[in-house]
Amino acid sequence: MTSPSNKKAVTPPIDAARRNLLKGAGALTVTLAAGVTLISPARAQIMVRKSGQPASSDIRWGLLIDANKCTVDCEVCVVACRTENGWEGHGRPETDPQWIRKVNLKDKKTGVRVSLPVMCQHCETPPCVDVCPTGASMKRADGIVLVDKHICIGCRYCMMACPYKARSFVHEDVTNQKPYQPRGKGTVEACTFCVHRVDAGRIPACVEACTEKAYGALTFGDLNDPSSEISKQVSRYVTTRIRADLGLEPGVIYRGI
Amino acid sequence: MKKIVYREIEGSSAGFYSLLAWFGLFIIAAGAATLYMEEYGHYVTGMTNQIVWGMPHVFAVFLIVAASGALNVASISSVFGRKIYKPLGRLSALLAIALLAGGLAVLVLDLGRNDRLIIAMTKYNFKSIFAWNIYLYSGFFVVVGIYLWMMMERKMNRFTRVAGLFAFIWRLSLTTGTGSIFGFLVAREAYDSAIMAPMFIVMSFSFGLAIFILVLMAAYGWTGRPLGDAVIKRLKNLLGVFVAGVLYFVTVQHLTNLYAAGNQGVERFILLDGGIFTSLFWVGQVFLGGLVPLVLVFHPVTGAMRQYVALAAALVILGGFAQIYVIIIGGQAYPLELFPGMEVTSSFFDGQINSYTPSLAEIALGLGGVALALALVTFAAKVLPFLPMSLADADIDPHYMKPEPEAEMNEVEGTEKAA
Repeated sequence: MTSPSNKKAVTPPIDAARRNLLKGAGALTVTLAAGVTLISPARAQIMVRKSGQPASSDIRWGLLIDANKCTVDCEVCVVACRTENGWEGHGRPETDPQWIRKVNLKDKKTGVRVSLPVMCQHCETPPCVDVCPTGASMKRADGIVLVDKHICIGCRYCMMACPYKARSFVHEDVTNQKPYQPRGKGTVEACTFCVHRVDAGRIPACVEACTEKAYGALTFGDLNDPSSEISKQVSRYVTTRIRADLGLEPGVIYRGI
Repeated sequence: MKKIVYREIEGSSAGFYSLLAWFGLFIIAAGAATLYMEEYGHYVTGMTNQIVWGMPHVFAVFLIVAASGALNVASISSVFGRKIYKPLGRLSALLAIALLAGGLAVLVLDLGRNDRLIIAMTKYNFKSIFAWNIYLYSGFFVVVGIYLWMMMERKMNRFTRVAGLFAFIWRLSLTTGTGSIFGFLVAREAYDSAIMAPMFIVMSFSFGLAIFILVLMAAYGWTGRPLGDAVIKRLKNLLGVFVAGVLYFVTVQHLTNLYAAGNQGVERFILLDGGIFTSLFWVGQVFLGGLVPLVLVFHPVTGAMRQYVALAAALVILGGFAQIYVIIIGGQAYPLELFPGMEVTSSFFDGQINSYTPSLAEIALGLGGVALALALVTFAAKVLPFLPMSLADADIDPHYMKPEPEAEMNEVEGTEKAA
């Protein structure tokens, strides 16, 4: 086996344990779990974002998806995202939002099958941000692409521009919103990398669910930190990005496709 | 050539008020459709997360494109110095403003949060072609408004050429901006092309002129003012050239796309097996909206008959709608190719041809935009002197000598007397 076991391989680079590490600021470097991730206190401080503190460009959040570990019938990441962010539908699949979806692929020539989740790819140069007339589509300094629901006018140009079909338009009233994830009829929304969790030093819900309940196919972390698990994996294995030809440098990276 | 006298239309007949009432009905229906869509959300429309732009955008883009084209008649006079077009300049500019207002109304009312229009006017992302367009569209009202003023105020007439030149450059920029809404979409094979901007410009020439011809004929027919054949002949010949221009650009657009192997899927979809889109392309856009009008305007028999020129203009408009429908809806119906060479399935319709059925509300909103544009023209023609009292050959044609044999078929009362 070329990679560590699932549970170890996807040890969350920032979790509750890491937040506690902030308290131990005396140490120069700290081992998080089983020798997986080392992190300096200075780095840990910028990873937990306090209210009012701007996101740091020292960090580039990324998500590595290992399609080899992802199975066709598993929807754990989708369910976790839906529960966490409250984008339950109305039984109308064409207009219901989908922040993350499982896509099943079959090679037309060889018949090889692959299954993988697709969500906002959090591009380095996101077309949705380029085309948004009001600046509601925006990229944070740490690479997370978001929609400012207060200034989105619902023109849907970002949806036309997104090569990944990652965005949804809220076609009807929303109920039971999560306080940390405001949504609104008539605006556009997409995966936020669970920004509310990430800012609090936790990992996205999909990654957590995949790690705990499924196959450990998702690894989240700081691509700018060479010692992070995601950085180690992308430097060790051949990876790719969907529509890499467009040169958008997504933060979501795939292995096994 | 006589001095041109412009007069308001009388606008006191039952026909005039019933025309305005009809426009009003459509505008009210559009308002109701907007409220309905706003109250329930866009799920009541045919638009989805796959077809994110629908019928309102077809109407809006058509009207916006046609608006800039409608200004061409004025430009030909002011910028290119063709005297026979000069009496038509005011109507041309009025129609341009009205069509843009109609198109923008549809576009704005379709927004998910149209109550936030003020945000669109105050917060700009200058990398967005949409944001540029907000300036180009609002600027168009100002620029053409000033141009109209120069044309209508005798003391300012000497600035007409400069204002006309500026308006001409502005309108070219505007249509470039509209075409680039699609041309800049790098992810979609159906759109991503620099040819979109010039193609939209030629489309605007054609659609705008077709609408202008019909409005001109209707205005002069209903008010009983003389409309000579010289002006119709020039306009229909010009329309023919523009229609041929659109066909040329469409040919180049598809040939270019066909040459790129990666785009052959979407080209096959539009040109061969795309169902309604293929039919609309070949039958609506190319045959009825292109080839038939070409024959009608250039054939010596039909080209000399006013009703066939009107038919040609109407077909150009229908063909134009078909073209924009194929571009906007067809381009989205073909699935985004995230994984070339792979068969793709998902719960989010990946890899599937997306279906779209426009709802009544969307169509009502679009037609409301058309009605608003025409109502504005009708009302403005009553309150300000936009239309010359006579467009008879003897009054406006600088080369007028005597009635040509061809013109006799559609002789308008007054022309003879003037001769």
